[in-house]
Amino acid sequence: MLFGETTTTGPTFFALAPLVLLFPLLGLLINLIWGGRLPEKAIGGIASGAVGLTFGVAILQMLSLFSHPEGTVIPLVDWITIGELNISWGIQVDTLSVTMMLVVSGVGCLIHIYAIAYMHDDVRLNGDPARYRRFFVFFNLFILAMMTLVSADNYLMLFVGWEGVGLCSYLLIGFWYDKGKDGIGNALAGNKAFITNRIGDFGFLLAAFTMFGLFGSFDFDQVFGQVEQVAELLPTGILLITIFMLIGVTGKSAQLPLYVWLPDAMAGPTPVSALIHAATMVTAGVYLITRSHPLYAVVPQAQSLVAWVGTLTALFAATIAIAQFDIKKVLAYSTISQLGFMVAAVGMGAYVPGMFHLVTHAFFKALLFLSSGSVIQGVERGLHEVEHHHKGKHSAGHHLDPQDMRNMGGLRERMPTTFWVYLIGALALAGIMPLAGFWSKDEILLKASYKDVRLYTLLSIAAFFTAFYMARQIILVFFGKPRSEAAAYASESPKLITIPLIILAVLSVFGGALNLPGIHAFGHWLEHTVHHVPGVKGGVELPEFSLQVAAISTGIALLAIILGWLIYARWGETLQKEKKPYVDPLELTAKPIFSVLTNKYWVDELYWALLVNPYKAFSRWLAEQVDWRFWHDWLHDAVLVNGFKRLTVLLAQPIDLGIIDGIANGLATLIQGGAAYLRRFQTGYVRNYALAVFFGVVAIMSYLIFVLR
Amino acid sequence: MWADRLAVLPVIVIGAWAVLLTVADLYIPEHRRRITAILAALGLIVGLVVNLFIQRHNPQTAYFGLAIADGFSSFLNVLFLLSGLLGIAVAHGYLQRQNIARSEYYSLLLFSISGMMLMGMAADLIIVFIALELLSIPLYVMAGFHRDRLDSEEAALKYFLLGAFAGGFVVYGIALIYGATGSTRIAAILSAVQSGSASPILLTVGAALILVGLGFKVAAVPFHMWTPDVYQGAPSSVTAFMAVGAKAAGFAALLRVFLLAFPTLSDKLVPLLWALAALTMIVGNIVAIVQSNIKRLLAYSSIAHAGYILMATVTLGQSRLMADAAAAALFYLLAYLLTNFGAWAVVIALEREEGKGLSIQDYAGLGKKYPALAAAMSVFMLSLIGVPPTVGFLGKFYLFRAVLEGGFVGLAVIGVLTSLVSAYYYLRVVVVMYMQEGEPVVNRDALLHWTAALSAIAVLALSLFATPLFQWATQATLYAAQ
Amino acid sequence: MSEYLPLVVLFILSTLVAAIAVALGHLFGPRRPTERKLQPYESGMTPFGPGTRRMPVRFYLVAVLFILFDIEVVFFIPWAVVYRKLGLFGFVEMLLFAGILEIAFVYAWKKGALEWE
Repeated sequence: MLFGETTTTGPTFFALAPLVLLFPLLGLLINLIWGGRLPEKAIGGIASGAVGLTFGVAILQMLSLFSHPEGTVIPLVDWITIGELNISWGIQVDTLSVTMMLVVSGVGCLIHIYAIAYMHDDVRLNGDPARYRRFFVFFNLFILAMMTLVSADNYLMLFVGWEGVGLCSYLLIGFWYDKGKDGIGNALAGNKAFITNRIGDFGFLLAAFTMFGLFGSFDFDQVFGQVEQVAELLPTGILLITIFMLIGVTGKSAQLPLYVWLPDAMAGPTPVSALIHAATMVTAGVYLITRSHPLYAVVPQAQSLVAWVGTLTALFAATIAIAQFDIKKVLAYSTISQLGFMVAAVGMGAYVPGMFHLVTHAFFKALLFLSSGSVIQGVERGLHEVEHHHKGKHSAGHHLDPQDMRNMGGLRERMPTTFWVYLIGALALAGIMPLAGFWSKDEILLKASYKDVRLYTLLSIAAFFTAFYMARQIILVFFGKPRSEAAAYASESPKLITIPLIILAVLSVFGGALNLPGIHAFGHWLEHTVHHVPGVKGGVELPEFSLQVAAISTGIALLAIILGWLIYARWGETLQKEKKPYVDPLELTAKPIFSVLTNKYWVDELYWALLVNPYKAFSRWLAEQVDWRFWHDWLHDAVLVNGFKRLTVLLAQPIDLGIIDGIANGLATLIQGGAAYLRRFQTGYVRNYALAVFFGVVAIMSYLIFVLR
Repeated sequence: MWADRLAVLPVIVIGAWAVLLTVADLYIPEHRRRITAILAALGLIVGLVVNLFIQRHNPQTAYFGLAIADGFSSFLNVLFLLSGLLGIAVAHGYLQRQNIARSEYYSLLLFSISGMMLMGMAADLIIVFIALELLSIPLYVMAGFHRDRLDSEEAALKYFLLGAFAGGFVVYGIALIYGATGSTRIAAILSAVQSGSASPILLTVGAALILVGLGFKVAAVPFHMWTPDVYQGAPSSVTAFMAVGAKAAGFAALLRVFLLAFPTLSDKLVPLLWALAALTMIVGNIVAIVQSNIKRLLAYSSIAHAGYILMATVTLGQSRLMADAAAAALFYLLAYLLTNFGAWAVVIALEREEGKGLSIQDYAGLGKKYPALAAAMSVFMLSLIGVPPTVGFLGKFYLFRAVLEGGFVGLAVIGVLTSLVSAYYYLRVVVVMYMQEGEPVVNRDALLHWTAALSAIAVLALSLFATPLFQWATQATLYAAQ
Repeated sequence: MSEYLPLVVLFILSTLVAAIAVALGHLFGPRRPTERKLQPYESGMTPFGPGTRRMPVRFYLVAVLFILFDIEVVFFIPWAVVYRKLGLFGFVEMLLFAGILEIAFVYAWKKGALEWE
């Protein structure tokens, strides 16, 4: 049943769905096995092609869904069958999962192509050609894991993908594992991401176990089918599941309080930041909640908790982004903030706006990250240019951080394409009509204005800050005069980098068309999945367009941009003439607040003091006192070793002497034939004899297991 | 309450005698060791007489049903007491020659025999375990009796360590069976099994674990590894006793527990027993071929014979045949007792200090210099192979007949083929004795020579009067199986 | 029981994987044994020779005797608890037990196990 399984209304391509997993797998296997012998372009081409094919399959699924919007489940294998427990693995094909597939493979494909050129520079400038293949193997592995996550038809398989993307994230954050602070900074960043995510995953697991306890299944269909019955019997159970699940979401989607790993994750290469830490993986939490909406629908407390977590995260992260100088850190906090928007949206039951924002955000945030990568490499090229000129001398450029916005400025002329796409991305993010971000954010704000005015206010403030820090970033990077030699010598990136940028820019401009007010194409599309769950009422409400809300949010955004322009372009320029090292104008006027923001409210330090250090002290205590003093010194040395020593003396001497005697007596001279082989087992060591007995027991027990079933 | 003590009187007699002998020995002067040996033999004879008198046709339980006295146990008591007597006969001179004549030897022997007898009477798995320990612990000590010699110490330690290991399996098995049936009483287990209230999984696993522990005692492959080292290292007189007594006790428990308690598990256990028997026969006989030391050769021979006797257990579940098979096993044990002690008497007669005189080459020229001893040894070798007219032949005959009637043709074929293989190494001893020139040195020890001679006569004679003997064994088993 | 088959397969597979890993290491790993490396405890103390100070064997003898008799005496406690129910039978049995214990004691005594010199 490969092609066109004929149903009532025509052929579909549902049966092809497993290919979304197969293609990335093939890509990574090919590169893993033969990648060592292939040239760079081939490696990148295979990886990108694999993702491109995946995208093609996703398109076919989408086309099929047009005629069969109810979707289907393609069973793959029975994964675990033990007693009552039966977990099979199938591919869930419905509008929700296919939306995610399209985003992941579509944006993923563009980022893969971008990475072909980007990672070439990495290898050229930083050495070790083997890294190139490693990168694409990891990248394909990520696509595979992400596809597993979004295509799973049950929570356990979803968890497998969830862990898989976490692993890839860890691998890719630490991709330059020998770099960073003290040579281990990047590795530590990877660790941090992994450990923080483990905390979240623990929540996910608790949710899954509770779910299995209550519903007796991990399958979406079965769980959602029983929601109403279980909700009547045991509402607290579902509340527990949803809250545990929220813990998982705060880990993976970088929400309060587990967001701390995402800024550090920027240690990875920029395509990684774009694909994993902006466009796709971090949105898994939003997907999870949307997928689980029948559960959330019956527990309003959990919903409002989700909404508040999202809203607070949105505001919190947006404020921090104002005071960052690292170009990628700004975007990282922006991502956290935008994820907050999405989480708030799905928390308010606005699943369509949430998913809509997920899609548009994938476009413009990927665009921004990739452009920032282009900027960074432009500055790096400038840096090498400068070093080239000062050959032999120890130039000041050596210590220059190519990601620090204070070292940039005036890049508009040097990198025009990058500038324009960056500007589009920034405006889309800021929510300027008619770019994609405007439409999706507006829907969220509209929903919030109906739901809870406090949420609406906070989100609007967050939106204000969003526009402000983007204005700040654009001005610091592209306007004014170059603030370093490297920036002055920066150059535009190659076509392979700019073309994906342009495509993403186009998507960022027109992405809003997916769900224009009045047409709601995306809403109707998702409705089939988010609405068509038996027993759950009112999954989707399609808010009307409100001119009032739209006007307010546009006004806020414009106000923030103008304010940013005044502060950074006008005032900043004048300041810059006096001071050599760049100082943020805000730092001069509101130093206490600014330093609070620059230091990210000292949350890292707080966690360090409250959690990490006590934990480390505890570990040290365990290691030194319990393990070393008690276990090693006392139990091991005093009790076991001494006891064993006595036994050895007792055993070794007779056996040694026995064997030597045996040889002297010519016992070993008569070895002959097959009998001699059997005799070899007769080593004279008690432990071997006991082992033989043990093997006998194992053999007998294995036999009995087969007889007794 | 006191009357049922009578049923277990033989055990009480031997146990009490062992205790009293320990004390009495303290007051016997050093140079009168012979008195201790005679006292011990006297005790065994008293035990035999008591056993003969209280032998009854109705099984009688004692100690609240923990022990049972029936024909089966009576037969085995005779077997154990005989092996004790022969053990003393081969030990007395040997211990003096080896300078290890300490009087505890005889008390330990009696203690071990009381354990064996208790094993034959066990009607409860706890008693099986207690008896197992009671018979084993003295043997551990006796194996290390030659404490100046490292191989003797090594043998003791190995036997002890592995014995403890195997004992653990037995206890674990008992615990599982208790968990399955709620009782350790064999009768209660049987009724629980028949009523279907017992968990078959726990029960079968428990039975298998007991099989492992007892398989160790009887030296069944793959639980046999200790046997050659221990048999070689232990003083020869101990080995002679251990090879018969401990094996017979192990089989006593195996037959009683398995045939009585687990007949309904036959579909699961029989393939296991089948494989165990086949493996034991094959490995024991094949590895014996390459042995050059007579003690090791007899050790592997002992393993191989354990395999033959194990064949009797595959009739498990076929109620008509079980009694016959058990009788055949008992008869085989008796045949093995006589043959084995005779062979060991010859070995001990040739063994000199420091473990010399134990190589098969040391037997060269025995046929010329000591024709009587060589003839006896030839008889024992033929009996071990199973050639008529020896009692060993009849033992194999009865066993193979029971197995064939049970429909286990394959096993019988393996048994016959491995017997043929065994002819090679047994006959090599005969060949060396008669065909090669040499100057064998034989100890002057009348008791030993008499033991060898009488055993040889018995081996030949009993083959002529086998039918009454076998009938006795048949009757003996019938009671146990009821 | 057939649903446990995957577990068995898993068990076998994991054993295989572990075995293969060990075997590969064994096959391809460089082997440069030195005397120290071959010792049971590398960088530890040599396990041969007298590991501890010599102790007079009498200590052990006394300790073993103590433990033996100590444990035997423990049997008196449950007996004492149900003594009244057991009646004459229990009394005689315990008398026998104590008698055997006494004999063991006499034996140890007579053998000189309690003498220090």
